[in-house]
Formats: sequence, C-alpha cells, structure tokens
Amino acid sequence: MSRGDLQTSFDVLVIGGGNAGLSAAIMAAEAGCSVCVLERAPRFYRGGNSRHTRNLRAMHAAPTSVLTEAYDEEEYFQDLLRVTKGKTTERLARLAIRGSQDSVAWLEARGVRFQKALSGTLHLGRTNAFFLGGGRALVNALYRHAESLGVIARCEAPVEQLHLEDGRCRSVTARLGGRLHDFTARSVVFAAGGFQANIPWLKESWGDAADNFLIRGTPYNTGEILKQLLDQGVAQVGDPQQCHAVAIDGRAPKYDGGICTRVDCVSLGIVVNAAAERFYDEGEDFWPKRYAIWGRLVAAQPGQVGHVIIDRKAIGLFMPPVFPAVTAGSIEELAGKIGLDPQALAATVAGYNASVREASFDHTALDDCRTEGLDPPKTHWARRLDEPPFHAYTLKPGITFTYLGVAVDDKARVLMAHGRPSANMFAAGEIMAGNVLGEGYLAGIGMTIGGVFGRIAGEEAARHASNAG
Amino acid sequence: MLLTLADSAAAVEADRIMTICNACRYCEGHCAVFPAMTQRLAFTPADLGYFANLCHACGSCYHHCQYADPHEFKVNVPRTMAELRLDTYEAAAWPRFLGRSFQNNGVWTAIVTVLAIGLFLLAAAALIEPATLFGRHGGNFYAVMSHNVMVTVFGSVALFVLVAIVIGMARFWRLIGAPPLREVGLREIASAVHDALTLKYLGGGADLGCTYPAEAPSKLRRLFHHFTFYGFLLCFAATTLGTLYHYGFGWAAPYGYLSLPSLLGTFGGLGLMIGPAGLMVLKRRAAGSPVQTAATKKLDEGLLVLLFLTAFTGLLLTALRGSELLGLLLVVHLGVVMGLFLCMPYGKFVHGFYRILALVGHALEQRQGRQVLGKLAET
Repeated sequence: MSRGDLQTSFDVLVIGGGNAGLSAAIMAAEAGCSVCVLERAPRFYRGGNSRHTRNLRAMHAAPTSVLTEAYDEEEYFQDLLRVTKGKTTERLARLAIRGSQDSVAWLEARGVRFQKALSGTLHLGRTNAFFLGGGRALVNALYRHAESLGVIARCEAPVEQLHLEDGRCRSVTARLGGRLHDFTARSVVFAAGGFQANIPWLKESWGDAADNFLIRGTPYNTGEILKQLLDQGVAQVGDPQQCHAVAIDGRAPKYDGGICTRVDCVSLGIVVNAAAERFYDEGEDFWPKRYAIWGRLVAAQPGQVGHVIIDRKAIGLFMPPVFPAVTAGSIEELAGKIGLDPQALAATVAGYNASVREASFDHTALDDCRTEGLDPPKTHWARRLDEPPFHAYTLKPGITFTYLGVAVDDKARVLMAHGRPSANMFAAGEIMAGNVLGEGYLAGIGMTIGGVFGRIAGEEAARHASNAG
Repeated sequence: MLLTLADSAAAVEADRIMTICNACRYCEGHCAVFPAMTQRLAFTPADLGYFANLCHACGSCYHHCQYADPHEFKVNVPRTMAELRLDTYEAAAWPRFLGRSFQNNGVWTAIVTVLAIGLFLLAAAALIEPATLFGRHGGNFYAVMSHNVMVTVFGSVALFVLVAIVIGMARFWRLIGAPPLREVGLREIASAVHDALTLKYLGGGADLGCTYPAEAPSKLRRLFHHFTFYGFLLCFAATTLGTLYHYGFGWAAPYGYLSLPSLLGTFGGLGLMIGPAGLMVLKRRAAGSPVQTAATKKLDEGLLVLLFLTAFTGLLLTALRGSELLGLLLVVHLGVVMGLFLCMPYGKFVHGFYRILALVGHALEQRQGRQVLGKLAET
C-alpha cells in the first residue's frame, strides 16, 4: 500500500502485538470489526514478552489432552493468594482464573498447538499447558490467524503520542516508515506491556541498583504508553517496585536473554553475596515454587550479585545452564576465581557443612536433609559441600515484567483516576497485570492474564465500536 | 578429507547451539533431536552427528526460536545440522576418497550422470547395428540389448552399490557412537522404520505439518516426499517382480500395459515424477530461507533431478516402446539409471539409511531411558 493509501481509521485499534493484543484483535475481528494492531518492534522481535514464554496456567475440572488431573478455581486462587500475599483484586483474579478454562481450546482453534509436558520442565504438567515450540510459535500462529481475519498488523510502528479527552482516546500518533500518522478508532485496546526495559524509570524506585538489573525479555517494553496513560488521568494500580524477577546468570545479555539464562541449582547448594555470606533459605520449597523470589533476594544484596555454590554431587540433578560454571578444586580457589574473599567463603562453607544434618536426600520431595543452628537455615536438600570439583554461577536479578499498571474493571475497561471507566479504552496483558499480581509470581499466570483479558478487551472493544456506530 | 567428526567445523557450531538449546528446551515437542539432546549434559562429536541425522530439516525449531539471528546467540539448528549431516555422509563413505563427492555433490552427480548416458550411447553406437537400434521390435527391448547383458552390467554395479551402502551404514553406526548391534531389538527397528515410513518428524510435532518452505506450517513437503519414496518403492517392486517373472516363471518381458509389473512401474513412475517435481518447487519457494544451505540444496537437487529423469525416461520408454524410438529411449533410460545407481552411495540417497539408523539409536535410548549413543571413541 502506498503512503497515500495508508488506512488510519478503524473500529478497533490495538496498541501492542503480543498475546494479549492479538487475542483482543482476533476477538474484535471475529465480531466483524475492522482492526489494526500497532506493534513497536521489528518483525523478528514482535510479540513483546510473549515470544519468550512457554506456557499458561489453566484451570480445569478433569484431565485434558495437555493437562493432567484437575486444577480447580479455589486451588488456583489459593495459589495466587499465597504468592501475592493477598495483594490481588479477587474479582479480577477469579475472572482470569475462570477464563483460563477456555484458553487452551480458544488458542488451539486459532492455530496454536500444545505439547504434553516432558522431561526437564518445571513439573508443571498439572497446572500449566505448554505451547508447542514455545511463545514465538504462539505469536506466529496468532499473527497468521489475525491476518487471515483481515486484521492489519504493522510492525515497527511505535505509538508516540496518545490523545485523551474526557476519558476517551480521540486518536494516537504513530511513527511508520519515518513519518507520523494519526490513527483514530472507536475503541482502543492498550496491550503494550510494562516498563521493565526502561532503566531510568526503574531507577525512580530502585535507585542505582537498577543499573545492575538484566532484562529477560524484550527491550521494547519501555512503558511509554503506560506513562502517557497515567499522566493523562488514568488510574494507577500496583507498586512501582513490584515485578516478576528471577535470579539469572550474570553473564546473560542485557536484554532478551530469555529462558536459557536461568540457573536452576540454587536448592542444591548455597547462595552467598559479595561478602561471601548466605542470606536466605535455599531449600525453602521446590524450585518451581521459589524461582520467582530469588530475583528480588539478589536485588537486595550489595551490588545486586549472588553466587550459587554447588559441589560434584549436584551435577546432573538440574537443567544444564547455558554458560559453563566457574570450577575449582577447593572452595578457596573457587572464591578467588569469582572475586570473593577465600577465607570468608571457606568459613561460610565450613559453618554450613558443620550444621548439615544429612538424612535421605531426595530432590523430588521435601526431604529431611536440613541444617541445625544455622541462620538463615537451609530446610531441605542440605548436603555438605565437600566433594570437589566445586562449581559457582554468579547471579544477577533478571526482570521479566513490572506490575505497576493501569486499573481496569471486569470488562477490561481502563479506569480513570476519578474511578469511572473510560468510554472507549481497554487494557490487557502486562500493562494491567498488576490488578491481579500485587507481588510475587505464579508460573504461567502472565499468559493467562494476557489471554483472558485480551479476549475480554477485544469483545468489549468490538461491542463498544458497534454501539458507537 | 573428513574422516572423523572431531574435525568438523559444523560439529563445533552444533555444540555451541545445542548448549543453548539444552538450557531452553522450548522445541522439545517438535522432533526427536531435542528429546535426544535432553538426555545429555554435554555433547561429543558423535552425539552431534547423531542429532544431525535425527534432524529432518523441517524448520519448525528455527521459525519458533527466540534466539535466531538477529539475536546475538544466532541459533539456527536446521542449517547447522544440515551442514553437519553432510560431514557425517562424507566421513561414513566407502571407499573413503569418494566421500569428497559430498562437498560438491551437484557437480559430481551431473558429471557422473552425463558420463553414464554418454557411455551407453557410445557403446550402443559401437556395438548395436543401426537397423536394430532404430528398428521396431513390438516393444521387445531385449531385441536391442539382451537380457544377459543388462543383468551383467546392472547386477555388478548394483552389487557394488549395495556393498558401498552397507559399509557406509556400518561406519555411520560407529560414527554416531552407537552400541553393539546385539543391543538392538526388533522393537527399535520397527519403531525406526515406522517413523521413517510415516515421516513422523516432517510433522512439526502436531497435525499442521512442518514450517517448510516458509514460516506457516504446511503438509506439502511430507506429501511430495511420500510420492517420491513410495514411487521409488513401486518401481523397485516392478523390477523385482519382473525378475521373478523372468527367472521364476520364465515369462519374458515385455509385459502388457495392464500386467502387474507394468502397473507398478507406471504408478511408481508417476509418483517419482510428481514427488521430485513438487519437492523442487518447494525448494525454489524456500530459496533464501535461512534454514537452507547451498551445499545441501545441491545435494537434494542432484537426487531429485536423477529420480525425475529416471521416471520420465522410463515412462516415455513404456509409452513409445512400439515405435522405432525404442532403442534410443532404452539406451538413454539405462544411462540415467546407471547414473542413479552410481550416485546412490555418494549422494542424497544415503540419507534414508542413515536416518533410519539414527532413529534406531533414538528408539534404543528411549526404551532404556538413558544416553546410549555417543559414548564410544570415534574410529
């Protein structure tokens, strides 16, 4: 299409082309609307963090082709309450949970395929459905399906300015091919993600520590859309410091390191900080239930660094990391190689070894190998670090996405600061996940929130567009 | 000359990539490569050669990879495995010096085929009376070239081809560090043959097909490969049945158009034209795809062209066997078939045998639930 032909007026405009935005776009197109998706990233990086995901958490009453046993609403909600310590909006959380029952079938009908849970995953076969080929396969399938419905999806189309007036979005200005264009639509869905790739914004709440954060996902989620919405009278939800963060290999790329930079041996060893001191119970619970707290734990340490130390016995019991371990024949030598004081680390390891009460080690159960008289304790899988070679991985906080967002109601309508819903603005995905996730993280719930609220936003946006017509 | 995978640059790159994949594992549902990978913490060159021959180059893992170029990890499993696969063909070849033919395979295949046709034409011109060569024989091609001459010439070449392929398979089995054959049961062989005959791993792991020739899933490649393989099988059955008729029952060719050998040959020949032609079209459409390499593209095209020509000249010969073109068409057809025979151990044709062996190894590992291959030192 030549520049003069560029269509800029639609029933529904979707800003952000990840799982949430595409779900909304498809729902609106299926309702008969003309739909345009404006995606900031180039084609390869389209889809935001969705392209880094692997599964979604789905409620189900009985075993399905891709999920085992059952996972009912109450158990799901209790799991969510536990990780968020109650910081959730129950009505919206239950909406997401109940909506997740349809997620697998909805996606399958639109070309997404799921796999049976196999080895090496986080043993989430009961609660989480795994995308065949991962998140990029899902994103590709949803783009294909959206385009088959006539949705116009534009990559490298950053939205630079929102024009809000009296709780309505009048138009948005986007840059396409170096030129600015004003887009208008009856309904606008905001699905543009969090602000985790915006280091200056992270520094507002984290201070200089944010300089040491690695961003696990897309560098394109800098939160410009979120900021403009909040600046123009949209109600804010969530704490700016809260986010989904895990401890990843310190050698990971600054952005887009994704899943493979994880280090899954924390529960098999000990973790020390720059002073070679332990700071948290490494064996508190199964790793899949604890991996999401270690990003914050490491972020709170001096220099935002942790070092996980294991010995020969741990090899083969965890997922192989992408980068090789630092290895040495003695603890002192290892300390030297990772920049710690050899005496200090030797003392920490000696103190830990002396307190270990080893019984029957079983990494698949909450076993009875624990420490006694040690602070902090290691309550499971505690074995002495006494068999060389010793291995170390240096950890840094890896931010997946931030929780500060826009408030929404149960129709995914954006709430204005005065409390009333916007007439034509809807939100889905990480930009509003803070309504459900006040803190903590439950594996796979990001894609659940994005999918369910994406579908609601698309449906409601289409309804509004038809009524407005 | 590449004798061991330890000298393969592609194996070094495959090691780098598999280390990334083993930490990610998002693709584990696509094919057999990734489940085989997850049974290992590190990879020997033999392991990687084994993976390379499990890989069917379906492209799914490339199009779904978050670490593909332009990501700094630049992961491209199918292309790297294709390059490594070529190295395993070279290292397994017998006699060894002919392994070099895999590096410039398109040229080799063309030269051998043209020479074979040329030799047959020269021999025909020198040895056969023009009146016989250009006469009408009522479809009886033994009037042009006697059955005994054909059997002697093609039988001896076929024997050599068989020996070369069997030795190649034995070398390949050692190359991928597979255990002694006695550990292999019928179940593993049945499983491997089933997966090969159904082209399970050209399915992308689900019902939509693999991402070839482009990003959208498609079943066309599997369909055309089925045409090609089962077409070839029908032609093979036609020849075998003809031999049985000849020696077993004393029924001499030519057989009627509606006889069983002719029907098998005709349908086989049609499959062997449709399949390779379809695969060539897909290959053209995949041109410029980051999954494809120049070297393997030539390798594939060499075999496809040969198979197509074999079927085309064979069908033409059958159709026109009553005319005075019989002699010339027969000589050309036999020349093409000779080219095909000679290229079998030194071209794409070997992929079927090696892939089945890799699948046998995979079935063995799956049954034992542990790493079985890749442990032996390479010889």
